[in-house]
Amino acid sequence: MKIAARHLDKITIFDISGDIDLATSPELRKALLRELRELKMPRVVLNLTAVRYIDSSGVASLVEGLKASRDVGSRLVLFGLNKTVREVLQLSKLVKIFEIHENEEQSVTP
Amino acid sequence: MSRGSLLLKMELRSNPDMLCVVRNALSELTAKLGFSESECRAVVLAVDEALTNIIRHAYLGDPEQSIEASFHRIHVEGDGKSGDALEIVLEDSGVTPPEKMCGRALEDVRPGGLGLHFIRESMDTVEFSRNNGKNQLRLVKILHSQGSQKGS
Repeated sequence: MKIAARHLDKITIFDISGDIDLATSPELRKALLRELRELKMPRVVLNLTAVRYIDSSGVASLVEGLKASRDVGSRLVLFGLNKTVREVLQLSKLVKIFEIHENEEQSVTP
Repeated sequence: MSRGSLLLKMELRSNPDMLCVVRNALSELTAKLGFSESECRAVVLAVDEALTNIIRHAYLGDPEQSIEASFHRIHVEGDGKSGDALEIVLEDSGVTPPEKMCGRALEDVRPGGLGLHFIRESMDTVEFSRNNGKNQLRLVKILHSQGSQKGS
């Protein structure tokens, strides 16, 4: 898994690629919590277009990021969910708790 | 049910970095057996989650322990489901019997509980046992099932 960060005004966009699993999800969790809890960014957007695989530890990291965003009053936004990622989120029955958009433009719109 | 032919056998370290290796191999194997793309993803997810649980709960994160994985093509009949199937058996010598792991409420998501939920939703049969000091997890996914269409 690779995470590349971009900044657009007061929005952080993480371009994530590869597999999010037990080996890599701690890195995602750390990046999310740093951006939300330490830097207190008003919005963090995850571009998941290039994510090939996500497992329960990856979903748990997203949930932890979502909880952190609610704690600090910011937004965690996901976009670019492919079939694999969407299936896993649906299987977790957690898909409705996330703010999910189709593309980056929608995700950064005020 | 009759034990069919051995398709693949692996012995791997309990290192999280090995998970992607198993996923890639299993993805190829399930596709060759004729599972749909969605079913392939379901089987890969279930095995990945099972291995994750072994690494985390049976071996408590120690990356140097051994896990055996065997894959058989079998024929199953009964409970309204029948047909050829993929049987996966995972064995470890960890201290925590898998059957003692319990799922958490989805509201309290952490790795482990959600993983078990994924395994149960993805496979037709999920059985835990402990024999001769080893934990054994048996997973079965029916090919072209005439009954349940789980994971498809």
